[in-house]
Amino acid sequence: MESDEELLRRLRAGDEGAFVLLVERHNGAMLRLALSFVTSRAVAEEVVQDTWLAALRGLASFEGRASLKTWLFTILVNRARTTGARESRSVPIADAGPAVDASRFGPDGGWATPPEHWIEEAESRIDAVKLSELLRMLLDTLPERQREVVLLRDVEELTSADVCAVLAISEANQRVLLHRGRARLRQALETELGGAPR
Amino acid sequence: MRIRFPRLRARSRQPELVCQQVVELVTDYLEGALSDQDRERFERHLVGCPHCTEYLAQMRETILLAGRVAPEDLTPVMRTELTDLYRRWRAEG
Repeated sequence: MESDEELLRRLRAGDEGAFVLLVERHNGAMLRLALSFVTSRAVAEEVVQDTWLAALRGLASFEGRASLKTWLFTILVNRARTTGARESRSVPIADAGPAVDASRFGPDGGWATPPEHWIEEAESRIDAVKLSELLRMLLDTLPERQREVVLLRDVEELTSADVCAVLAISEANQRVLLHRGRARLRQALETELGGAPR
Repeated sequence: MRIRFPRLRARSRQPELVCQQVVELVTDYLEGALSDQDRERFERHLVGCPHCTEYLAQMRETILLAGRVAPEDLTPVMRTELTDLYRRWRAEG
């Protein structure tokens, strides 16, 4: 498989086929990311198209210091935020809750209601497509800023440095959002899949 | 059901972590952001606590499952629109 760098070289030389290959490689992840910022699929597709156009226009200025994917995501997040603001989505409420609800611990800080088991359920009893759909649905329930970080770190598997750059947030802020987002997602999975009696 | 764990004998000046603190340190632990001392306290707690060990395993599983979320499909319409977009951009000069 040709690397992004090779395809970019061909694209700069005016090769339409290289553009199509880059679209095939990155469009799905871009659309998924856009869908976390805006409410409708139509608007998300528009944001992705705007991103590709901005990328083509900015092709000369792309120096390859970041990966192509990170660069595309950075453009996309900026566009999606502008569009999201235009759609006047509700202002995200601060979410500073604990990773696990305090009611699940006893006065000594030990588990009173320990985690229900669900890993085996996820790994061997649910088919991959259903599980992917479930995760997508649960990701949608996360507060916006947590969702953005979890999506970039855990779904797209960007490094923490790249996530900070794409979202323009500090390392410490990123870690807090990641912590809250992952904890919520774990809780949601436990609620969906956990079977052991409480 | 209330499960109590006997407090482990303190091996350092700092008190041992309790479960409620451990769950708040999981991300820092996985990110390698804990000090050596805190990482040791964290791991020492896990040795004696099956519930926090399970919690950590579930956090790893959560991350793993998130990584398996399928990207959105590239629809034929989108492919056509993006190819058109490329040609319009070429025509821009």
